[in-house]
Amino acid sequence: MAHRAIREFDGKKMVSDLLAKFGAEEVAHSNRVAQVNEDTEYAFLVEENPWLETEKLVVKPDQLIKRRGNNNLLLLNADFPEVRAWIDERMNKEITIDDVTGVINNFVIEPFIPHEASDEYYVAIHSERDGDEILFYKEGGVDVGDIDAKANRLKVPVLGQLDEDKIESELLGGVPSERIAVLKQFISSLFKLYAEAGFVYLEINPAVYLEDKIILLDLAAKLDDTAEFECGKLWGSFQFPAGFGRKSMRAERHIARLDSQSGASLKLTILNQKARIWTMVAGGGASVVYTDTIADLGAGEELANYGEYSGNPSDEESYEYAKTILELMTAEPDPEGKPKILIVGGGIANFTDVAKTFSGIIRAFREYGDQLKAVDAKIFVRRGGPNYKVGLERMREVGDQIGLPIEVYGPETHMTKIVNLGLAA
Amino acid sequence: MGNAKRKIEKRDMSETNTAPEYELFHENTQAIIFNYQTKAIQRMLDFDYACRRKTPSVAAIVYASRPGYHKCFWGSEEIMIPIYRTTKEAAEKHKNADVFINFASFRSSYESSLEALEQPSIRTVAIIAEGIPERKSRLLVAKAKELGKWMIGPATVGGIKAGKFKIGNTAGSIENIIDTRLYVPGCVGFVSKSGGMSNELYNTISLACRIDGEEDDTLAYPALNEGIAVGGDSYPGSTLYDHLIRIEKNPEVKMLVALGEVGGDGEYQIAEAIKSGEITKPLVMWVMGTCSTLFPGEVQFGHAGARADAEEETAHAKNKALKEAGAIVPNSFDDLGDIIKGVYNDLASKKVIEPVKIPEAVVVPIDIQDAQKQGLIRKPTNFVSTISDDRGEELTYNGVPISKVVGEGYGIGGTLGLLWFKRELPKFASDYLELILVLTADHGPAVSGAHNTIVAARAGKDLVSAVASGMLTIGPRFGGAIDGASQRFKRAIDEGLKPEAFIDSMKKEGIPIPGIGHRVKSLSNPDKRVELLKNYALEHFGAAKHIKFAMEVEQLTTKKKGNLILNVDGAIGTSFIDMLVATGCFDDKEIQRFVDLGFLNGLFLVGRCMGMVGHFMDQGNLEQALYRHPWDDITYM
Repeated sequence: MAHRAIREFDGKKMVSDLLAKFGAEEVAHSNRVAQVNEDTEYAFLVEENPWLETEKLVVKPDQLIKRRGNNNLLLLNADFPEVRAWIDERMNKEITIDDVTGVINNFVIEPFIPHEASDEYYVAIHSERDGDEILFYKEGGVDVGDIDAKANRLKVPVLGQLDEDKIESELLGGVPSERIAVLKQFISSLFKLYAEAGFVYLEINPAVYLEDKIILLDLAAKLDDTAEFECGKLWGSFQFPAGFGRKSMRAERHIARLDSQSGASLKLTILNQKARIWTMVAGGGASVVYTDTIADLGAGEELANYGEYSGNPSDEESYEYAKTILELMTAEPDPEGKPKILIVGGGIANFTDVAKTFSGIIRAFREYGDQLKAVDAKIFVRRGGPNYKVGLERMREVGDQIGLPIEVYGPETHMTKIVNLGLAA
Repeated sequence: MGNAKRKIEKRDMSETNTAPEYELFHENTQAIIFNYQTKAIQRMLDFDYACRRKTPSVAAIVYASRPGYHKCFWGSEEIMIPIYRTTKEAAEKHKNADVFINFASFRSSYESSLEALEQPSIRTVAIIAEGIPERKSRLLVAKAKELGKWMIGPATVGGIKAGKFKIGNTAGSIENIIDTRLYVPGCVGFVSKSGGMSNELYNTISLACRIDGEEDDTLAYPALNEGIAVGGDSYPGSTLYDHLIRIEKNPEVKMLVALGEVGGDGEYQIAEAIKSGEITKPLVMWVMGTCSTLFPGEVQFGHAGARADAEEETAHAKNKALKEAGAIVPNSFDDLGDIIKGVYNDLASKKVIEPVKIPEAVVVPIDIQDAQKQGLIRKPTNFVSTISDDRGEELTYNGVPISKVVGEGYGIGGTLGLLWFKRELPKFASDYLELILVLTADHGPAVSGAHNTIVAARAGKDLVSAVASGMLTIGPRFGGAIDGASQRFKRAIDEGLKPEAFIDSMKKEGIPIPGIGHRVKSLSNPDKRVELLKNYALEHFGAAKHIKFAMEVEQLTTKKKGNLILNVDGAIGTSFIDMLVATGCFDDKEIQRFVDLGFLNGLFLVGRCMGMVGHFMDQGNLEQALYRHPWDDITYM
């Protein structure tokens, strides 16, 4: 799909292991990290990570949340019982950060590393169309400030190689001379692993100079998930976490499951289940355009869902998809008594048999005919492509047969016209 | 020209590649297709044919595992396209083919694309696969740039030069291509991030180019000139900007239309190009993804690149910047058609464009399967079949899915019930069928079927031939008495004959009663198989009047001669009818038809097959040599 962020726990383990593999064994500490989630058995955790009971610790939620320090989501210099109590207090609690509400259920624990501010460095690598850029600054940590303005940069062009000498000359300005060799080797290995292991973003802030080696204190990373087939072995076993936010709804999980089992693409995001306007759109591009148009015509607040079905779903899959949406849509009538609107939209299909994909939707309409009438549903259909005439005719027929108001349009009508019609209904 | 056949012109194409820089595709452009994409190839050729191209746009196919020729249609004629093992070979043999269309999967697309870029004769590489690692895509982008080549994609359907050339599956079905006038060159240059939406925009443009108030709908402004979908990845081989400034240079193009997308900053480059005068033709542009603000947190749309990591990457910001730069940006996608129409009218009033007569499209013959699906043609079938169906998700026997047949233990008897009698037989009946199969499975090496199998096996014949030679002996004298017995006894009972009268009538006809008599067995030395069958029938088949009748007959015949007992053929032939009656599944007419069709020989055939295979294997294991019958066992006369 694309760039995916990974958990700090997975990132530290991965980068720390790979550093050793890519020649930085002598210059980087091996990271000790432990993960706690709902299912964690503490006894087992301690057995695996005996340092938990011997060291002072740091603990924080590990769910792609930014600025944890500022949101009281960080405990420093605590012993294990304190850490446990701190986690227990927060596990499965809902919190809101920057308008996003979510449940906290995953934590990372590490040894607390006391150090001087002067031992902190900032290192990052990111990718652009023409190459990868390494950023370094002689200071680091949360208070490093406007790093974009301050950092030294070294660009490695796509068809070029990292020039090791330039690490020193371009990046390591202001670093005490006795530390240069270690940092040079560290950055060189870090870049190699970044390039070899499918990273698209890696930020270590701070990397701390400790006993002539570097330790990763805070780390954020993104991988290119399409590289899994060639980098999966380097990644080891881990899962991409969902972004921090509300838990997915049952219906969304149901569609996600269907999607994962199918060659076709089935997507559903519920924006507001109580809202009035529902969409069931074929094709990725078209689904964005329909959603855009609803928002651009001022009805974004009334939009209930975003989703798409594409890639020639089977009759059974389009039936399941339609049923899931109709179930949600007909759960209760609009509180103000306005009609509920369903947009069955789509552009002109390339090769998908329109009549065939409609047959599953039509079956769902028949099944939910009474419920749809109970919420005063008005349905608007627009589609083109192979066999569209038959598909549209069947849509008209089912409307007549079960007494549902279904308006049907083909390619002679502009794709988003039915949004206009729906909003006016 | 209509539907008439057109011969492909054979001529040397090497001199014709003198297209201007801005022209990636023209009416003689040819492509090499990587991977055996027969549908995409046929769609390209159908487009060529509809456009009245003189040569097919596909010169060669690269498919390592099947070099040779691919047969496809040119109109209603068939032509052959060569298939090569390697891209290098194809490119060297077809120097005029300067477009490479790569249908390799995301796993192998990098290597094959790189090889194509390195061929001197190839100028444009289109990469269809979605999901190529970004690092690999970037390498291809850099390589293409270094070599001065065009790369379209990854993750794209491709593009189309109206009336001249199209990449793979672009623009969908031939009906759509004709409806949206893509078979005639037009005046609009279109570029898009979305492949799916390009089709829609070709439609939008073809609706907008119609002249208001003009009755004759073959008179219209020129529609599309060229359309390119650059693909949804973060690092497309060529960008919207790259193609816009290329197409801008084409004097046939009078208007540009572009569809951008949330994510990335390519649209700002376009805004700059308008400001700097690099783009001067009217550009109607819309950036999709304005709805991203409706979502909580970050949202990733279907395309890998469709994600705003910063405010300036949002659709709103980019639409605003484009509008400020002088692009014609609608308020929403909903106005896009009207806005394009407005530009058409404006250009027409300035006489930049003029209405043209749209020529009628050449009719591309439709494939039988498609025509049938659309209900345009019908054809009578040559066969009809009712007992099994392998077309659905699961094989069915008489409508029962195979998983149920196995899961609910239908067994061999139940399966025979489904395939022979098209019924779900009760257990006593299916068990009975299995009993017969067991009893008839073999009868030693001396009987004709086994003997023939053995002789054929020893002659070195294969299993099927040896068993077949045994099978072919099954008939009226060997095994076939079952059928005769059931027919004769049934008729006697149906006619209400008494056993004595039945025996008399057979005697008058001069025919031994089938199912009665045995060479070695007698009342005092009974056939165990017959005992088993009798017991089963009497226990399970209720009235069992057929076998009881046969037993009455046996009472009389054995009085005449001790070996005139009810034999195994007779026992099966009669008890079988009793079984059919006892199930209550069949009326008399159906039972009569089964008997007439010779079902019982079928049962013997299936049963004995087991024995014959056994004899074949036995002879093989024993390494028996060719059999020659001894002279002294033959009476020579």
